[in-house]
Amino acid sequence: MGQFFVFIKKEFYHIFRDRWTMIILLILPVIMLTLFGFAITTEVKNTKLGVFDPSKDIATRSIIQRLQANEYFILKKFISNPDRIEDEFQRGEVGLIIVFPEKFYENLLHTGEGQIQLITDGSDPNNAITLTNYATNIVASYQQELNKTAVIPYQIVPEIKLLYNPRLKGAYNFVPGIMGMILMLICAMMTSVAIAREKEKGTMELLLVSPMKPLVVILSKVVPYFFVSIINLATILLLSVYVLEVPVTGSLFWLIIISLIYIFLSLALGILISSLVNSQVVALLISGAVLMMPVLLLSGMIFPVESMPYLLQLLSNAVPARWFIMAIKKLMIKGLDVTSIYKELIILGSMAFFFIVVSLKTFKNRL
Amino acid sequence: MQVIEAENLTKRFGKFTAVDSISFDVKEGEIFGFLGANGAGKTTAMRMLCGLIKPTSGQGIVAGYDIKKQSENVKANIGYMSQRFSIYEDLKVWENLRLFAGIYGIPNRKINDRIDELLKRLGFESEKDTLVKSLPLGWKQKLAFLVAIVHEPKVVFLDEPTGGVDPASRRQFWELIYEATDRGITVFVTTHYMEEAEYCNRVSIMVDGRIEAMDSPRNLKNKFEAESMDEVFHKLARKSTRTGD
Repeated sequence: MGQFFVFIKKEFYHIFRDRWTMIILLILPVIMLTLFGFAITTEVKNTKLGVFDPSKDIATRSIIQRLQANEYFILKKFISNPDRIEDEFQRGEVGLIIVFPEKFYENLLHTGEGQIQLITDGSDPNNAITLTNYATNIVASYQQELNKTAVIPYQIVPEIKLLYNPRLKGAYNFVPGIMGMILMLICAMMTSVAIAREKEKGTMELLLVSPMKPLVVILSKVVPYFFVSIINLATILLLSVYVLEVPVTGSLFWLIIISLIYIFLSLALGILISSLVNSQVVALLISGAVLMMPVLLLSGMIFPVESMPYLLQLLSNAVPARWFIMAIKKLMIKGLDVTSIYKELIILGSMAFFFIVVSLKTFKNRL
Repeated sequence: MQVIEAENLTKRFGKFTAVDSISFDVKEGEIFGFLGANGAGKTTAMRMLCGLIKPTSGQGIVAGYDIKKQSENVKANIGYMSQRFSIYEDLKVWENLRLFAGIYGIPNRKINDRIDELLKRLGFESEKDTLVKSLPLGWKQKLAFLVAIVHEPKVVFLDEPTGGVDPASRRQFWELIYEATDRGITVFVTTHYMEEAEYCNRVSIMVDGRIEAMDSPRNLKNKFEAESMDEVFHKLARKSTRTGD
């Protein structure tokens, strides 16, 4: 036991004395989360709004006011000539133009139907869809209010309701993704590099001729990174709840349990990589290419798995981060309980078991 | 008393016989030089004696333990210093000593005294809190040796311990080795500096996995009618059919 503790202490010295290790371990998660949470976001705020309104009646004014009052839009200008609409987009003055017909309110009252045209720049389709969704929702809210006072509903408006993330907040999508990425990065990459460093510098040889058991060497290498991962997990959760305002609506207990399983899995992957390579650079490259790329591209963090080609969808099943992110989304954002993540728990659990067994086996055989 | 006894020790990797039935004894307190060209099988032989790899056939007793069946006991009673003087560069001098003292299970209350004593012997007390990476190479080498003997092993294995070090440091290093043998530590050293072979009590010269000659440096020079160990070595190494790696 004494051996174990001196060795763990030494491992912490390595971490604390290397500035870059410290930065990667403790600052990187915070930077990544804030970057993805705030800067790189699919939310669209403060879009400049152009209005063509020949009616200028109570209904159009009310709709414009609602759009203006919302944080998503800023009323930029009233357009007097409909032929100039394209010019406005080409000059980049506005992001969305709302076009009312003449006598909008009158038509609405008499025919029960009012038409509005929303024009936006389709060259950025995601953005365009988001903007029209926002605007449609706002118009719909006006519609509802109007209907409250009327005997006969004036119009059936297709109501778009966004479940779980009504404001389409980007952070809701990114927090689980970042968790999957950071934990994999810290656990697998740092562990594999730390073990590879011992091999590269020749100190592994000293440990192997010592009476210390290889298993103890590996365990004590892993323990510090396990602690760091726990700290990171806590940081990420605190940041997302208090800064990004992504609540943990489901079971916190199971959120932690599944994170621990994922951490063990990543640590095992790190050990596996380190037993296959002899230098830090190769360890870094392998964990970068083999672990990070799938997490980024195949986990559903950035590109939805459902819209991938079939072959990639199949491949994404083998990416642990995919299951982890799915479970975290269910627990954090959808507020579901443990019964909804049995599948993910079982898959991640068996993956973790598999990799722990394989990594310990390979490690022993290599000595 | 014999500290190392090897009898027909053999290691094969597939069809390649790296070490071919070598036999030798090393007495307590002796400095035993293990010479040979690169690829002659020195490292493989040493690894078997350290309990790192199992011999294909033959017997070996190190520090009183069977290298096949009791490798854990062997490991606890030997010290080892690698070619690259590997110690932890980002740890301080005393932290390195403390770490290996802990790994070899020296009781906590004894550790500090032991470390102070070792540092004093080296005239190194002032550098106790220095990070190893800021030490000159010669000092790193000496520290690596202290790390290897921090637990007072019965025998210490030195794998080309003086590579890349200037002659003055090399001489100081050998003084350190003599001092260790004075306290009863047996030294098993591989080297390819032939003038260092002269410092050993006995040397063996390995060619193509076999021990071709083994005696004191003086007897070997007489036998081969050579001026220096270098000449002895070249006369023997000429027989080699293996190319070095």
